[in-house]
Amino acid sequence: MNPFTYSHATAVDDAVRDKASHHDAAYIGGGTNLLDLMKENVERPTHLIGLNRLPLTKIQNDPEGGLRLGALATNADTAWHPEVEKRYPLLSQAILAGASPQLRNMATNGGNLMQRTRCYYFYDTATPCNKREPGSGCSAIGGYNRIHAILGTSQSCIATHPSDMCIALAALEAVVRVSGPNGERTIEFADFHRLPGNAPHIDNTLRPGELITGLDLPAKGFEKNYSYLKLRDRTSYAFALVSVAAALELEGNTIKDARIALGGVAHKPWRDTDVEDALKGQPATADTFRKAATQLLQGARGFGSNDFKVELAKRAIVRALKQATEMKQGPTEAFLNSNP
Amino acid sequence: MSTSSTTKRGVMGAPAAPPPTSTVTLNINGVDTRLQLAPWTSLLDALREYADLTGTKKGCDHGQCGACTVLVNGKRVNSCLTLAVMQEGNEITTIEGLGTQEKLHPLQQAFIDHDAFQCGYCTPGQICSAVGLINEGKAHTEDEIRELMSGNLCRCGAYVGILNAVKEVVDSRSNEVKR
Repeated sequence: MNPFTYSHATAVDDAVRDKASHHDAAYIGGGTNLLDLMKENVERPTHLIGLNRLPLTKIQNDPEGGLRLGALATNADTAWHPEVEKRYPLLSQAILAGASPQLRNMATNGGNLMQRTRCYYFYDTATPCNKREPGSGCSAIGGYNRIHAILGTSQSCIATHPSDMCIALAALEAVVRVSGPNGERTIEFADFHRLPGNAPHIDNTLRPGELITGLDLPAKGFEKNYSYLKLRDRTSYAFALVSVAAALELEGNTIKDARIALGGVAHKPWRDTDVEDALKGQPATADTFRKAATQLLQGARGFGSNDFKVELAKRAIVRALKQATEMKQGPTEAFLNSNP
Repeated sequence: MSTSSTTKRGVMGAPAAPPPTSTVTLNINGVDTRLQLAPWTSLLDALREYADLTGTKKGCDHGQCGACTVLVNGKRVNSCLTLAVMQEGNEITTIEGLGTQEKLHPLQQAFIDHDAFQCGYCTPGQICSAVGLINEGKAHTEDEIRELMSGNLCRCGAYVGILNAVKEVVDSRSNEVKR
């Protein structure tokens, strides 16, 4: 790890000012990903701004009927929060499908959005990587790419976003609240993470110095019909090869509203609102789900070792939508439900 | 080699400036402990190298194995993935703070009774993690314990014993509540 200085921020404005006054400074919340990357010399900030004294740990109802999640609430406190469990069980389930209890006790909601890809070449400073060192090339294209993306890739990068939580947040259409040198603003979840294009070193649309202060969940939580299905090499404590956050609003057996977000397949949580719109008015049957899955994966391509993901994703979508329709498992079994 | 001696000793053979340190106060196992630490010292290194509490183990040092698990304000965390300076003022409980030679913590006794270790290197982390699991109160069945202990690896493969040991203490706690 390179040497750095450290300061505790006690107010959001202080943190933003501190960031602006240092070259190569970084905010640190739980630190579970940043410190790991610093140990690997992938990230080398010269100054860390500690956020854990900021008053951003609350989870509370907002006036529009939604729920506001503090950026510094931990992933564990969020997943087990009674309001989240009751109104947004899809989010609870997704969070509990990720990492380990120890990591979820440390990792913050804001930090979850900011975590970086687990592409092995990104971590390995001996190999070229456009995300780590722009212009150096992509070792995953033509390399070992079993965990890599099949949708929205570019010639520069085929990394995936590693989060489970973010896949549910995408499906729920959360809004990201940020504070920066030019004041506060909000970012729609779909606009927060970006595709690699020719600038894969930029993961998201935050402007320099901006800090995530909270996440707003809309009132609609799809708490009656949902499933977070995560497929991975082990049934616990492993990143997704493919994951699906499925949420349905049903009237009898007819789909009134649908959300499908995919994890493990792209540089950002993957959604296709045309496919979701086409589901409206359709019967909630395997046939309908198969059509949606085929449409969602149109344009998907493998890079050799990850070719299997295209078919795996299609089957996972069908299964997750079926689970969301049937809801055979109760919410208390949420943390065992991700790989039934 | 000249380059390495230049790096270590600084220019002109003078000793390199000591790293900037600050006083960090941690309440470790009930004792307020003031440590003089560089900002990049992990909580794990602070415990082992500065507080002389070597019960907490360094396994992978990347948050993947759970050997370094300790409790911060009663919640289990990976001490390798947090800086000591980030934990200023917090209550840290390590394996040394759970029981004594004369009176073992129930989980320590259960690990012995169920032969829940072979080499023992992961054991302090397993036990601290199990204390955290019991504090959380979410795991009751064997499947739930397996899932919520999945952040602790045991390369000897003593998982059967670990599961039985944790289950025994989980069951005894829930029986106490019922009574």
